[in-house]
Amino acid sequence: MKYADEFRDKTIAQGLARAIGAEADSQRDYRFMEFCGGHTHAISRYGLEDMLPANVRMIHGPGCPVCVLPASRIDMAIRLAELPQVTLCIYGDLMRVPGSQRKSLLSAKAFGADIRMVYSTLDTIRIAEHAPNREVVFFAIGFETTTPATAVMIRLAEKKWLKNLSVFCNHVLAPAAIHSILESPDIHNGGRIEIDGFLGPAHVSTIIGTKPYEVLAEQFGKPIVIAGFEPLDMMQAILMLVRQVNEGRYEVENQYSRAVTRKGNRRAQEEVSDIFELRDQFEWRGLGLVPYSGLKLKRAYAQFDAEVRFAMHEVRVADNPACECGAILRGAKRPVDCKLFGTVCTPEIPIGSCMVSSEGACAAHWTYGRFRDYQLRRA
Amino acid sequence: MRATAYQRKLDIQNGRVDLSHGAGGRAMAQLISGLFHEAFGNEWLARGNDQAAFDVGAGRMVMTTDGYVVSPLFFPGGNIGSLAVHGTINDVAMSGARPLYLSASFIIEEGFRFSDLKTIAGSMGEAARAAGVYIITGDTKVVERGKADGLFISTTGVGVLADGLNLSAEKARVGDRVLVSGSLGDHGAAIMSRRQNLDFETEIVSDSAALHDLVALMVAAGGSSIRVMRDPTRGGLAAMLNEVAHQSGLGFHLQEEAIPVKPAVAAACELLGLDPLHVANEGKLVAIVAPDMVDAVLAAMKAHPLGCDAADIGEAVADNHRFVQMSTSFGGGRIVNWLWGEQLPRIC
Repeated sequence: MKYADEFRDKTIAQGLARAIGAEADSQRDYRFMEFCGGHTHAISRYGLEDMLPANVRMIHGPGCPVCVLPASRIDMAIRLAELPQVTLCIYGDLMRVPGSQRKSLLSAKAFGADIRMVYSTLDTIRIAEHAPNREVVFFAIGFETTTPATAVMIRLAEKKWLKNLSVFCNHVLAPAAIHSILESPDIHNGGRIEIDGFLGPAHVSTIIGTKPYEVLAEQFGKPIVIAGFEPLDMMQAILMLVRQVNEGRYEVENQYSRAVTRKGNRRAQEEVSDIFELRDQFEWRGLGLVPYSGLKLKRAYAQFDAEVRFAMHEVRVADNPACECGAILRGAKRPVDCKLFGTVCTPEIPIGSCMVSSEGACAAHWTYGRFRDYQLRRA
Repeated sequence: MRATAYQRKLDIQNGRVDLSHGAGGRAMAQLISGLFHEAFGNEWLARGNDQAAFDVGAGRMVMTTDGYVVSPLFFPGGNIGSLAVHGTINDVAMSGARPLYLSASFIIEEGFRFSDLKTIAGSMGEAARAAGVYIITGDTKVVERGKADGLFISTTGVGVLADGLNLSAEKARVGDRVLVSGSLGDHGAAIMSRRQNLDFETEIVSDSAALHDLVALMVAAGGSSIRVMRDPTRGGLAAMLNEVAHQSGLGFHLQEEAIPVKPAVAAACELLGLDPLHVANEGKLVAIVAPDMVDAVLAAMKAHPLGCDAADIGEAVADNHRFVQMSTSFGGGRIVNWLWGEQLPRIC
């Protein structure tokens, strides 16, 4: 497959692996967090961990929008979908996310709620046009990458005078979450942060650029490398992180120069800032309430805001107390450290958020990597 | 006076199935004789009985049954009719048996076009004739509009198995090789390309095909050193190997580089966020073969057009956890897991 195989080449990977092995100081450990679930998935799927030296460890971060969505927001969506006049359009990954009381959108659908899986925001426009008597709501979710698509949908709906379309907005911001992790107490060991650097998601930076991370790198003294999603991109970015650590630098570097610039996509940024504004705080599964980490529709677009239109309200619910998703999302624990992992919590019956999406740390480890737990035990 | 009252001919071009075509009256009889008998044409159906009596040769009988609810009904490389025939033949053939007879039951939604039904029945007849198998009995029901998605087909297949042949998952042994008959994921990718809300253009064609001739060649070459054969349909290679791992108590170790996947299928899967190893096949088989006979069986596979891309992709290993593991072409290792839930694309 052209333009993909080139970035999955075994020989180049082995070369990069040798370079990482040669340059990593055997006297110390390197703990890098890949923030994004897309990276987590790629690491597991390609078996990248097997190519890194033992003292370079990847920590799986909270960058999976489905995983960090709190049960209360799923409950809100379920209550909304149960309204007889509502057609709820969602991305497929959301279907099986557990809300409270063992409910999910999938089970709500089985009980008769009109929930449709869509592949793009434009599908939602089509559905709204074809069903003028239905209240069509789009469950908007994702980081900065997907927000522009939601903005475009609202623009289009405005242009087409679509009165029956609205958005349940759950868009969140990557830098705010990284900030929250760096400030959380359980990754500080005697005042030292137990993460040596971050792999930043390239698709987010195609929109926001690399600039928003600069203040984080500076404030916390941690290197950040914006990396693509192909395995060679990640290997190269890990090498860049090792070099920064060795040289005592903490800069924002751009590995994905084929699409990412410092300033990002201005047009997309303008579209987003025209329509959305920051929430004072937004709840993340595992991280709790994170200030200025989510977006909502501006008042001028209230007619498209499902939360306003249907007077939706959030009722906070507690996660399963045995579930370690919070610590796992912050990088303080590994999936195997959780008592529920692989016992009562599996991808078929997820309890914690990390097990829900294929990009969640637990699901990725269960699906692709759990054989390593037994290898370790044997060794 | 006429012996039979005048009956208008079925308007195949513009007509549609209505409730009378499933009501047991003359309209139904006309549909069956005018459309199905014509398409399937054989001596058993011509007798017009509610059942068919048939001879079987020496050996044990093999029977399988399957329901087809594919959407869309027509896809590149076939339709629900050819798929039903091939799928049922393959389920019989995976035991090593020679498929002989099929039954077919049709649940048709009111308003279904005669022209589509004729095309589908025609494909079934053609697929059966090409395979040397007869559709010897059947049933037709019509349900009200909205109670079925156009057309559902249920088929049963019967075949005979030569004495001494007993393929079964628990026969797999450590060191056995895993052979696939060709490229994976073609059928699922072809179907997905025609799902209305996906809209991607591709030349991918379903691999739907009857595999019993290929199986006969393999059995002739390898006999009972072929431990087990399966066709990796829903859930793909991943589900099939995990099934065998669980039934045999063994693990498997695959080499990703050896697994044939067409570039167009790989690209479609990439686009949709799917793993080709989870995508359905309808004209491929996987055989677990004793190591000393691998070369002979592989050569036999390659000699048949449906096995010309056959490949040795891995081996059975001792593993209490019954993991299916794979060395990725990138150079790492990973588990090839069962598919969980539906195949859903990523959102970001």
